[in-house]
Amino acid sequence: MKVREEDVTYVADLANLELTQEERCRLVRDLNSILSYIDRLNELDTGKVAPMAQVSDRYGVDQSKQGSERFAYASRDDIPLGLRPSLSRGEALANAPQSDGTFFEVPKVIER
Amino acid sequence: MNIEGLTIEAARSAVVERRTTALELAEACYERIHKNDPQIGAFLTLSKERALEQAERMDRLAEAGKPVPPLGGVPVGIKDVFCTRGVRTTAGSKILENFIPPYDATAVARLEAAGAVVLGKLNCDEFAMGSSNENSAFHPVGNPRDLSRVPGGSSGGAAAAVAADMAVVTLGSDTGGSIRQPASFCGVVGMMPTYGRVSRYGLIAFASSLDHVGPLARTVKDAATVLHTIAGRDPMDPTSAEVPVPDYLAELEEPIRGLKIGVAKEYFGEGLDAEVQKGVEAAIEELAGLGCEIVKMSLPHTEYAIPTYYLVATAEASANLARFDGVRYGYRARNARTLSEMYRRSRDEGFGPEVKRRIILGTYALSAGYYDAYYRKAQQVRTLLTRDFDEAFKKVDVIVTPTSPTAAFRLGEKVNDPLAMYLADIYTVTADLAGIPGISVPCGETSEMLPVGLQILGPHFDEATVLRVAHAYEQARGK
Repeated sequence: MKVREEDVTYVADLANLELTQEERCRLVRDLNSILSYIDRLNELDTGKVAPMAQVSDRYGVDQSKQGSERFAYASRDDIPLGLRPSLSRGEALANAPQSDGTFFEVPKVIER
Repeated sequence: MNIEGLTIEAARSAVVERRTTALELAEACYERIHKNDPQIGAFLTLSKERALEQAERMDRLAEAGKPVPPLGGVPVGIKDVFCTRGVRTTAGSKILENFIPPYDATAVARLEAAGAVVLGKLNCDEFAMGSSNENSAFHPVGNPRDLSRVPGGSSGGAAAAVAADMAVVTLGSDTGGSIRQPASFCGVVGMMPTYGRVSRYGLIAFASSLDHVGPLARTVKDAATVLHTIAGRDPMDPTSAEVPVPDYLAELEEPIRGLKIGVAKEYFGEGLDAEVQKGVEAAIEELAGLGCEIVKMSLPHTEYAIPTYYLVATAEASANLARFDGVRYGYRARNARTLSEMYRRSRDEGFGPEVKRRIILGTYALSAGYYDAYYRKAQQVRTLLTRDFDEAFKKVDVIVTPTSPTAAFRLGEKVNDPLAMYLADIYTVTADLAGIPGISVPCGETSEMLPVGLQILGPHFDEATVLRVAHAYEQARGK
């Protein structure tokens, strides 16, 4: 699979990155180089292999249970603690680039 | 008090017995930092107020004859990917250049609850993406053994700080080798525990299924002490394991006679520097001399680890870094007329080139039409790589390898060749993908006096055996 400039532009849009022309060119080269190295994965027959999303799948997955109860390791032990204070509004807004003291302020969302 | 070569035990006992004070220790470290760090570049931010307050707290306990906690008065450094409340945390990136977290990472909180004195935040590759610390948006880090060379990465600052005696222990993170490889380049100990052994709460996420938290230290015993302090279930991190934390120090001195040590041929092939190979083979001889059985074996899918890693890690990173959008924190591009422009320009202006490269690669691997060929395929190969280790650990207790194919390379040597840089991780990424623990310990030097690292890998949650073997080797080699 050969990556073209349009592919990089499309992907950059998905990733919300405003690339310069120079960045786009470099990325086409880099991506092609890296992906051609990655292509060797196709040497492996993985037809019958289950994908591994995360290591913790191995930690006590209880096959006898249903749904999320199978994943004991991912229990929400904070729930029995109940609702409790998290960040105050002031703390949450402290790093805001722009705020009115109540909300985060951003440029307009809808063009009218 | 001379802080060179200081261990946790030496520091703490000196504070408890009032031969020195925690304040003096902290000040001695700061003096050293002021004198040497301009040339090395390990620290990005110093947290003097916090450090001195904590030091005074420990001194008051010692003066009153009250119990001093296990890391009481011990000066530590924290890699800048960990949130420290009220202390600037940048992740090595311009996009977080002025970010002040409102909370502490669990690992940091546990270190401080144990009495550790947090000196400051350590330089790293941006968002932990790199193997040389050259991707830091601020400045690179020099290897204290040879300032023209890299300290390794991404925990370059953390490794350099220990190697240059600017801190007794440091806290790092490891996603593809970022604790072990810099430890090996700088001649210090670096431990990556099992995935989920230490809470990731407050660790700025790079790849959530690959990120690990662990210590860098001068000795295996110190690494074990820190691990014991920070490990254990945390309700704030649902991927942290429910497995009880053993007393790693209790078993540390047990003899290793009779243990089976696996040596996998795939880690001794093309690309391995001859002098590194010699150093590691000598270490294996040493282990045989201690009564271990050396078992030759194969981990057949090793050569597919790097491509697997660079698909899984970048895909996860593209999701984790979506939050940096200029809205709630971090860099916001000026004069953006629309929300979309604000997102796109904030990110393009705030992120460095390697981060953008990985976001693009990861997004591509996940995009419609490519998901099965790339991301899903990588997840399947991850299963095969993990099975290699499962099978191996049925026959051996631990596996030893070189930590990195070479010793520290020169600054600038690999910056223009991303793929060459990625291949520096060839021996470390397998453990991250499988989630198994691994440690790097110094095992000699090249003819240019550059440190060589020996890596010891173990089964899930068997940090105790990994530490035991590492400690026995360290003692036998002589410190």
